Amino acid sequence: MAYYDRTFDALGLRDWCDATGGEAKLSMADLLAQANAGNAEDGPIFPFPSLDALHEACLAIPQSRDFVASVESGFLAIKDALKLVLDPPTQPLSWMLEWALQAVNAVPWWLILPLLFVSVWYVSRSRAVTAFVILVFACLGFIDHLDPALQTLSIVLVCTGISILFGVPIGIAMAKSDGLQRTVLPVLDLLQTLPTFVYLIPLIFLFSVTEPKLYGIAIIAYAIVPVIRLTDLGIRLVDRDVVEAADAFGMSPRQKLWGVELPLALPNIMAGINQTIMMSLAMVVIASLVSAPGLGVLVLRGIRNLELGVGLIAGLGIVLLAIVLDRVSKAALERVSAVQKH
Amino acid sequence: MTGNKTGTAKISIRNLYKIFGARPEQAMEHVREGMGKSELLDQQAHVLGLQDINVDMQAGEITVIMGLSGSGKSTLIRHVNRLIEPTAGEVWVNGQNVLDYDEVRLRDMRLNSMSMVFQKFALLPHKTVAENAGMALAVRGNTRAETVAAGKKWLERVGLTGYEDHYPHQLSGGMQQRVGIARALASDSEVMLMDEAFSALDPLIRTDMQDLLLELQNDLHKTIVFITHDLDEALKLADHLVILKDGYVVQQGEPQYILLNPNDPYIEDFVSDINRARVLRVRSVMTADSDRAGEFDGDVDANDTLEQLISLSGGDTYKVYRVLNDGEAVGVLNMKHLVRALVPARVEQRTVM
Repeated sequence: MAYYDRTFDALGLRDWCDATGGEAKLSMADLLAQANAGNAEDGPIFPFPSLDALHEACLAIPQSRDFVASVESGFLAIKDALKLVLDPPTQPLSWMLEWALQAVNAVPWWLILPLLFVSVWYVSRSRAVTAFVILVFACLGFIDHLDPALQTLSIVLVCTGISILFGVPIGIAMAKSDGLQRTVLPVLDLLQTLPTFVYLIPLIFLFSVTEPKLYGIAIIAYAIVPVIRLTDLGIRLVDRDVVEAADAFGMSPRQKLWGVELPLALPNIMAGINQTIMMSLAMVVIASLVSAPGLGVLVLRGIRNLELGVGLIAGLGIVLLAIVLDRVSKAALERVSAVQKH
Repeated sequence: MTGNKTGTAKISIRNLYKIFGARPEQAMEHVREGMGKSELLDQQAHVLGLQDINVDMQAGEITVIMGLSGSGKSTLIRHVNRLIEPTAGEVWVNGQNVLDYDEVRLRDMRLNSMSMVFQKFALLPHKTVAENAGMALAVRGNTRAETVAAGKKWLERVGLTGYEDHYPHQLSGGMQQRVGIARALASDSEVMLMDEAFSALDPLIRTDMQDLLLELQNDLHKTIVFITHDLDEALKLADHLVILKDGYVVQQGEPQYILLNPNDPYIEDFVSDINRARVLRVRSVMTADSDRAGEFDGDVDANDTLEQLISLSGGDTYKVYRVLNDGEAVGVLNMKHLVRALVPARVEQRTVM
């Protein structure tokens, strides 16, 4: 006899329970219980009224595993429609990632590395940072890790670029509207706290594992959060007196945005971009589970095959890459902030 | 000052009210029924920022609005270019009610006929000094070269030659406010609003800036609305002085007149501490009878300060001077009258009682 039998009897629901209830499916737990038949009735005296406990008393109530199954089948049911909607707008992401990876493969090292160093110099304007970047890539190249490192770097840069492209306008819109801020902030919290692996599960069902956008979307969804947050914050923190002066001199909303708010918020936005870059790098390693190429694949190989050296060296390569990206973006941030000290 | 001067004044503020709170319209009805500031705050939780303001500002004059912090003076000046919307009332500029303007015309007015100088300078930190000074031109869509050229021209006028390519944070406070003034002048607008423009500066630099403003005003004849909490500054600059307290006008008029005839204990308090000899001028103390002939100890100008007279007379109260204005005799100054004028009215009463 199940504990909640009398509850259903008292409520007069017995007929409904028996009428609609089919035969319960046997779970592994049930089988085990049957096997140790003697102890079967030794359950808790007053079980928590969970779906499973209620199901024992009333067959019309589904088991918890049915609930999980319905979430899955629900997702599968909308999967095709969702794919139809999401596929076309995300296709350019695939193309860009493919193009970037092919470019890294096709262009010889003696062209791509100088190009990289020149752009590092252009962004950071710092001799020390540029020298450090040259040293790092020389080391990576020396131990034959240049290709995976460049692959990782190109994925990070593409995903960061797209994050900025969408994140900054979203941040601006949030700064302008308190209502929008209230709606978007919980979504950002969700994106930031959701365990990174959980992103990957629905994406695998939506897109083919051979498509780069599968990991592209996962990386962007995870890494876009700081650039949105700090753009919003940066624009809200712009000196009210300066904004008032802009109004007093008759600036239009657009002139105010481009001439005052964005330039003054730039240090904060750059700090957000720095965080976005670092989070892309963190995610690109996890995304190697779903076929993202680069150093992450080597780390994964190290774990799978217990190849200690391979894993450690690839991990160290990622650390070096992280330092490079961090130093370069921070040098750019400092250059921007130096101009507009208050 | 009554309401029929609308036609001649450059800026006319009529029956202006501003109420801060969630439902100002509703609170406004209570105010019309005669509810005061403190009652409104207690019973309706609304702040009566400005009540029944009527001020005329003449073209080419400096109108100084003076009051302590919280008196509503910064709120009032922001109604002139509608950075703040009033709850009730009218603001007439050049014969047009600013409150009837739509977005486009309002921006056009701010762009072409009004400029503003701020207490905290409010310069763009990422632009050079010359670009900041020429900001109004940049907003109008002029090229960078034109902007910088105009900026440089006005920077020279305010005495900042050589700093064109610096950034604002490299300049001292006084220099930054010179940029602020150059920015307002470069817009070539008729009206200049100055919100506590010199309050953040050191006393010596403040005096310099006041002199600079008067010198510029001598040449440019702008219509200036100047906000300050400093009576000395107000008396030095004002052609027309408006004294604000708790959001209403306590007294307004010619500063010398207010100084000699304060109509409210609040103003008496205010004026009791200032150096009257330096502020009062001969024309305010002289008597008009210019008939007396032959006995003058000398000629003085109507715009001389009493301080100058005291030093001229060597402190001798028996001297009598003839007062000239543009070479014409306009009155007589008896040094005894002068000494009497140095004592505030309230102190006089106290001695009599």
